Amino acid sequence: MTRAGRFSPGDRVRVRLDWPEAGPQRVHIRTPHYLRGQTGVIERNFGAYPNPEGLAFGQPGLPAQPLYQVRFDQAPLWSQGAPSDTIVADLYEHWLEPVSEARHG
Amino acid sequence: MRAMHDLGGIEPMASAAIDREEHALTQFDKNVDALMYLLSARRLIRVDELRRGIESFTPLQYATLSYYEKWLQSMTNLMVEKGVLTREEIEAKIASLRADASSP
Repeated sequence: MTRAGRFSPGDRVRVRLDWPEAGPQRVHIRTPHYLRGQTGVIERNFGAYPNPEGLAFGQPGLPAQPLYQVRFDQAPLWSQGAPSDTIVADLYEHWLEPVSEARHG
Repeated sequence: MRAMHDLGGIEPMASAAIDREEHALTQFDKNVDALMYLLSARRLIRVDELRRGIESFTPLQYATLSYYEKWLQSMTNLMVEKGVLTREEIEAKIASLRADASSP
């Protein structure tokens, strides 16, 4: 079935290079530090869920955010494992930016 | 800028062998788990809030408290934050339970 959301399986996305933890406000962030700024491929759309960044502070977390399974090549992230290893993470849509398919250089 | 709890890929954990032993739950662990279940069922705590509370511990608390001690400390802090209980009420109840336990 097709789920509502900005991205579809196979789309290349970049994780926002953002550090809300560094600001003055208390935050609850589910995006692992080692994926910020990295490029991966959408694997699945799980559907939309209330945003845990708001739920963590007693807010309703609305509008609900589409949640995706995103696959990354492990090699550039961790210096372990086989070259073909990948990392799969669950990431909310507001943490993802589209990556154009155009190749530069 | 990485938060204290955001430990993926960090040494020495990244290179450490995974502990695959089952760990038996203590009575304390079971009591804390039951308390969290009740607070959730009564919509007084969401698991997201529990996690946020644990993430706001001092580094010393985060490093030294056990898994369920972290839960209990976060649940206590959240009940005070939300005005469900006061520190004074909690301290008074602990003192009363201690007195009951030590009386013959």
